[in-house]
Amino acid sequence: MINEVIRHFIRFVLLVLAQGLILKNVEPGNFMNPFLYILFLIQLPFEAPAWLVLLLSFILGYSVDTFYQTVGMHMAACTFIGWVRPRLLRFLAPRDGYEFGSQPTMQDMGRVWFLTYATIIIVLHHLALFYLEMFSFREFFSTFIRVLISSAATLLLVVVTQFLFYRTKEAT
Amino acid sequence: MRNLVVFLARNYFFLLFLLLEVLSLYFLVQRNYFQHARAVSASHAFTGTLFEWRTQFVEYLDLKEQNKHLAEKLAYTLTADSAAWMMYTSRTTPVIDTVFKQRFEFLAALVVDNTVSRRNNYLIINRGRLQGAREDMGVISPDGIVGIIVNVSDNFSLVMSVLHKDSKISASIKQDGTFGQLRWNGKNYREATLLDLPTHAKLNRGDTLVTSGLGDAFPAGIPVGTVLGFETKPGDKTFTVDIQLTTDFRKLRHVLIIKNLMREEIGLLREKIKVDD
Repeated sequence: MINEVIRHFIRFVLLVLAQGLILKNVEPGNFMNPFLYILFLIQLPFEAPAWLVLLLSFILGYSVDTFYQTVGMHMAACTFIGWVRPRLLRFLAPRDGYEFGSQPTMQDMGRVWFLTYATIIIVLHHLALFYLEMFSFREFFSTFIRVLISSAATLLLVVVTQFLFYRTKEAT
Repeated sequence: MRNLVVFLARNYFFLLFLLLEVLSLYFLVQRNYFQHARAVSASHAFTGTLFEWRTQFVEYLDLKEQNKHLAEKLAYTLTADSAAWMMYTSRTTPVIDTVFKQRFEFLAALVVDNTVSRRNNYLIINRGRLQGAREDMGVISPDGIVGIIVNVSDNFSLVMSVLHKDSKISASIKQDGTFGQLRWNGKNYREATLLDLPTHAKLNRGDTLVTSGLGDAFPAGIPVGTVLGFETKPGDKTFTVDIQLTTDFRKLRHVLIIKNLMREEIGLLREKIKVDD
């Protein structure tokens, strides 16, 4: 249990630093701003209490905000995801509920489930984030393209982490 | 009372969400206030230090090109400097200069953090309050304008880049002198738009744009960009001009902070307007 908490804490710090110091300045295209840090919320355990997830989202948003010189923007988008996540998990739950001890990873839950889950979270987060950044619908379409391109980039990075850090189950 | 407790207990999750979300949105809406707040500048001091470490780590990557660029600029500046010129007449009269008074001072700084692909981009530079940087000072590069300082900590400054939706800088056509407002549409970090330029201005493709000198942040004549094309809607009395920016924001490293030595004097005059109104 304590091990689990420490693991998530380290993941939190590493993701925020990677986002703020590396990903922020790797700018492959005009509209491409991947936000890999959202992986922290994606990978929180199924059993984590909803209020804790919400508070962690808030703190995560605050931490990233300090690196992006924004105030409240990532906070608002993350808090929104903290609220969406339990609903989404209920909606995507297998018929007999989640197996005890399983994690929301590609390894444990399979490709289709994980991709659906991650895509919904990423797109919702990016939608909230980029429209809050613009704070108006004046440039609706160019903001929307920004959301699509960045979401694709984030999803790609999230999938890469799944292959890097979780070995697929060996067939026994 | 009991009903209230039951209601709170049942909906605690939604209420907590509402509280945190409203708090975040409040911060976001109040960002202009918070951007100038001490708490935010403290957090910039922290991230600024991290960014500086990172910059020291990756700086050598394009050191060669940066040095070449600076050397070229130095050669140009030395050529223009009076020390490089010979007195042409033999008659010399020592004068105390009462005609000119220094209005602008430049302070060199290094960019430690910068983005170009976001809708609202900021830079962090490694000069702050202790080195004389203040809010609302302009920042330029050897090539052209960069942005305006919005927050200072002890050793770092946060600069709102020209590549920001709230950036409004007055720029004029060099040959003609008519001025408009420089804005960024968020699409390409090399291009911007000049709005509100009156249609009687003589405009050609390739014309140079410079800062107009209106406002306290920039002296007149700092390069801004060149005209790529322009259009006007029927019945409209202004041009919308597409501009190629002279500053390559992706390669920014060495910048200059502009101190306006007469800002206070101008500020005092401004206050008079408010009083009269």
